[in-house]
Order: sequence, then structure tokens, then C-alpha cells
Amino acid sequence: MNTMTESLAQNWFMTQRQLKVIVRQPAYLVMMLVQPAIWLFLFGNLFKKVVELGGFGTTTYLDYLVPGIVVMSALSSSMWAGMGTLEEIERGTLNRFLTTPVSRGALMNANVVQNGVSTALQSVIIVLLGKLGGADYPGGITGLVVLILASVLLGAIFGALSNAMGMLVRQRESIIGVNTFLMLPLTFLSTAFMAPAQMPGWMQSIADWNPVNWAMVVGRSAMADNPDWGLVLSRGGGLLVLTVVAVWLSTRTFRSYQKSV
Amino acid sequence: MQSSQGSALPARAGAPAVQAHELTKTYPGDVTALSGMSLTVEAGTVFGLLGPNGAGKSTTVKILTTLARPDSGSATVAGHDALRHPDRVRRAIGVVAQKSGADPMATGRENLQLQGRLYGLRGTDLTRRVDELLERFDLAEAGKRQVKGYSGGMQRRLDVALGLVHRPEVLFLDEPTTGLDPEARTAMWDEIARLAGDEGLTILLTTHYLEEADRLAERIAIVDRGRVVVEGTPDALKGELRGDAVHLELRAQAQDADVLRAALAALPGVHEVLIDGRRISVRTEDGAAAVPALLAALERAGAAVAAATVARPSLDDVYLRYAGRRFSEAEAAHDTPHAELVTAGGAR
Ligand SMILES: Nc1ncnc2c1ncn2[C@@H]1O[C@H](COP(=O)(O)OP(=O)(O)O)[C@@H](O)[C@H]1O
Ligand SMILES: [Mg+2]
Repeated sequence: MNTMTESLAQNWFMTQRQLKVIVRQPAYLVMMLVQPAIWLFLFGNLFKKVVELGGFGTTTYLDYLVPGIVVMSALSSSMWAGMGTLEEIERGTLNRFLTTPVSRGALMNANVVQNGVSTALQSVIIVLLGKLGGADYPGGITGLVVLILASVLLGAIFGALSNAMGMLVRQRESIIGVNTFLMLPLTFLSTAFMAPAQMPGWMQSIADWNPVNWAMVVGRSAMADNPDWGLVLSRGGGLLVLTVVAVWLSTRTFRSYQKSV
Repeated sequence: MQSSQGSALPARAGAPAVQAHELTKTYPGDVTALSGMSLTVEAGTVFGLLGPNGAGKSTTVKILTTLARPDSGSATVAGHDALRHPDRVRRAIGVVAQKSGADPMATGRENLQLQGRLYGLRGTDLTRRVDELLERFDLAEAGKRQVKGYSGGMQRRLDVALGLVHRPEVLFLDEPTTGLDPEARTAMWDEIARLAGDEGLTILLTTHYLEEADRLAERIAIVDRGRVVVEGTPDALKGELRGDAVHLELRAQAQDADVLRAALAALPGVHEVLIDGRRISVRTEDGAAAVPALLAALERAGAAVAAATVARPSLDDVYLRYAGRRFSEAEAAHDTPHAELVTAGGAR
């Protein structure tokens, strides 16, 4: 077997293992789907009338909300990836793999791919739920695919960072603390629920730097009647760069893990 | 990415399978885990690393199995430098860590299959090997079920099977029987003894059960505070302690330990006297016959005796002699008392 094939094979074996874990936890799957449905319903009704303020690019709030919920869900499920890593560390599974010939890259990639697959699945379901609720997607299938890609990238960024944190701090409390602290600001300092035109100026400026918002901008731009591809490319490029950096960082954390093991 | 080849070079004939030289390791928070750990394991033998909790056994295993890196020192495993070529070492070793490490959501079979694949086993070779191991470790039925439902003994057997999938040259077993009930422990001992009989397999075993080391290992190194304090065959270690051990417990702390020591050491047949607070250990010829004289001598010196026991030399005595404290005390000092330990060591 040559090195390249072997490396690909390792990536596949490790990913397969991770996917099986997800499939075998029906409770987790259900939660992953019920939660966005609830958000879609609650926020959809709560903010129904804000669309009348204008600047949403649509007259139906649900049209505007769906990409927001897709990205928000990607964020909120990926942020907890570190918990899984922590469990693997505590159980000794990670250590077992680290003494086999499997590459560190394959171990990390498996997390990223698994996370990507779940995020994509979750996103598709939300899009379908939105459609059932009467949402309109003028950008068609292309727009939706771009939205899902953006949410997968965002999930990869936060999943990788969460994994890195799990390996470095090795405390559930820290992950819980950081996540609870970040989740709401990251969501509300974005255009998830509110059109940028209706946001206070300082919030808009912060949102411009918020990767969560980038994912929403990418999705919404691509899903519009008349997509702004420039915006999709620039913000999408930003997400891609962050993904590469986050995954690289989390693979690097194996080294510091090795010092503390 | 690592090369999948160029690693199967067998260790040079006659060269030790494992060699650690002056390993040191300090964990964050200034915890010294290893302070000059050196050991040599000859190919094809079972080597026991015996020591109380916190002695540094697992840290040694983690370094030798390429998981952790030492602060200084060097290590060779199966002919490869563990620090410079960890990837080569990984292909040559099997590791059964102190913590299980099996994936609880996967079945026993799936765990073994994945493990085999990571070492490059595929297709019928893999299936055959997995079947063989499930059979051998009495997991043929259980192999179809998720590991999370396994008993402690089943899980440990799976752990050992995982370590053997790729037919390693050297197998590391870190406390393979800790936490098992006596029945499962005996079964595991039989299994390890059988493995040791397998052609060419070298085993480095760590344990804090004196009995386990005595029973399984051809050579034992006693570890205390991050280094080896004494090494040899179990018989040689015990043989170094001439005669029997008489353990005496005083009613009150000795007034003047030196006076007591002198009084006891002057008796015929007494080789060695150790006084530790209220506890006195005397090494003497024919312990049972010596007790009256010992009691009388203590009486004369003004020390009242609460209890006296005579024991054949055990590894506990070896430990006491070389580490300067009792096994059970060393454990207590690390704040993780193991009641079984006392009986395991004192049973002989
Ligand atoms: N990952 C770690 N982080 C900090 N301290 C550790 C770690 N692992 C072990 N130690 C400390 O190092 C010492 C040796 O531990 P260890 O090698 O696990 O001993 P043993 O296996 O003989 O019980 C102990 O004091 C232990 O608390
Ligand atoms: Mg240990």
C-alpha cells in the first residue's frame, strides 16, 4: 500500500467510526433536529412583524430566518464537539489510537468530517422544515448548496476550536462556560434575526467581523433573487481561511496534549 | 503522515526488546513522575514493573509506547529509538493501557476490526485474525454487542485482544488486572501466562499487586518515586532476604529506637532490624523460634508488644528493604489506598 492510499484509508476508517457513534445515539439525532425546529417556530413567530420595518429583502420573515437558523444550529452543535474529545481522552480511546500507526491528521480530520456531515444533514432538515412552513428560496438549489457549505465551514471552525479546547483544558466546565458565554453574543451580534439596516451601527460593525455572520451573509447572498457573488466569495473565503487555521491549530494541540498526558 | 513500510525490521537478535535509560519526567505543577528510570527487558521474557500507585509505572509505559515524551533520557523499543522514530515503535508494539480505551459505542468485533485496519490488516486476513482473537478471549458471542454492556473482565480481555491484533513483538500491559474481581483476575493471569509462552512475545507488565508480579514475571523491577530501586528474579529478590520476617507492633511509640535496635540486633540469628514508629520488622533465622527471644529483649528494653507476626519473605519485604517503607504506606502516601494490596502481599 502506498502512503497516500494508506493515509486516505485511515481518514476513512476513523470517520466511519465517528459516524457510527452518531447514528447509534438516536437521542442525539433527535435533539439535533428538534432544537432547530423549535427555534424556527419560536423566533419565526416572535419576530414575525419585524419584517415590516424593511431592509430584509423579503416580505416573509421566515424567508429571512431560515439561513439564520441553519447557521445558528451549525454553531450550537459544533461548539460541543470538544465534549466528545474529552470523553475519548477520559476513556483512554484517544491514547489507544495515539499508540497505533494512525496519523494525528486522520484523527482530527475524522472529527471535522463527522461534524461536517452532521451539520449538512441538520441544515438540509432545517431548509425542508422552512419550506414546509412556507419559506421561499428564490436563489434555488445553488443558493441552498452554498448556504449549507457555509454552515459546514462554520461548524468545522467551531468544532475544531472546541476540540482543541477539550484537549488543552480537559475540563467540561470550561467548555460549558465558554460556550454559554459565546453562543448568544455570537448569534445576536449577527444578522440571524435582524436585517443589518435595522441594527444599531456599532452592532453592524461588530457583525462585520463575526464569522457567524459571514456564514449568514454567504448563505443569504447566494439565496437571493440576484446573488451577490462578490460577497459570497469574500466572506466564504474568510470562512475557508479560518477553517484551515482552526483545523491546523487543533492538530497542533496534539503536541501539547502529548506533554500533559 | 507516516510511512507504512520500513518499520517491520525485527529487533537485532540478542538485543534487548526494551531499554530505558535515565528517563525523567516532570508534569506541570512540579509533579516529578520519573527521576532516572532505567530498565532493560530481554526479548522473549515477561518483565514486571512493580510499585505502589504514583510510583511512575504508567508514565514509564506512556513514554515507551510513544504517547508521552520524557524531559530527558532515552528509550529503545523493539530496536527502534522511541523518541526519534515513534512511528516505527508503534508498528512493533501492542499496548494495553491502564484505562480501557475500547470504544463503548462500537461492538467488540468492530473495535478489533478498526484496530487491525490501522495496522494495515485487510480483507480475509483481518476477518480471520479478529475471529481468532474473539475466540481466544472468550468473546465470540459478546463480540456482536456494544462494548458499553461488557463486564469489567470482558472489557479487559478485549483490551488485551486489541493490543494483539497485529501480532506485536512487544506487549505492554499496564495494570491488566486492577479492578477485576478475583475470578476474572485469575483468568487474566492464565491468559497472560499463555501469551508469555507464545513464541517470541516480550511482555512488559506493570502491577501494584505483589502476588501478580511474583506469579507472572521472570524478572521484576521494584519502582519507587520514579526510579527502579531493585531488580532481579522474584526468587533472587526474596532469596536476598535471608530467613523470615518477624513483624512486631508496639503498644506505644519506641522511646529510644536506637536502644531497641541494638537490643534486638544483638540476639543470635538476627540479620536486620527496621524500626518505623510503633512497627518493628526483624529479619531473622527461623522466625517462629526467634519470637520469644525478641519479645523478651523488648520487654527488658521497656517496650510493650501489642502484636507479633511471622512471615516468609515476600516481595513486600523486598520493597520495604529497598524503598525503606511498606508498600501499603507508599500507597497511602499517594492517597489512594488499596486494601487488597496488603492481603496480596501478606498472603505468603
Ligand atoms: N497526566 C498527568 N498530569 C499530571 N501528573 C501526572 C499525570 N500522570 C501522572 N502524574 C503524576 O505522576 C506521578 C506518577 O504517576 P503514574 O506514572 O501514573 O504512577 P503509577 O502508574 O505508578 O501509579 C504521580 O504523582 C501522578 O500523580
Ligand atoms: Mg498507573
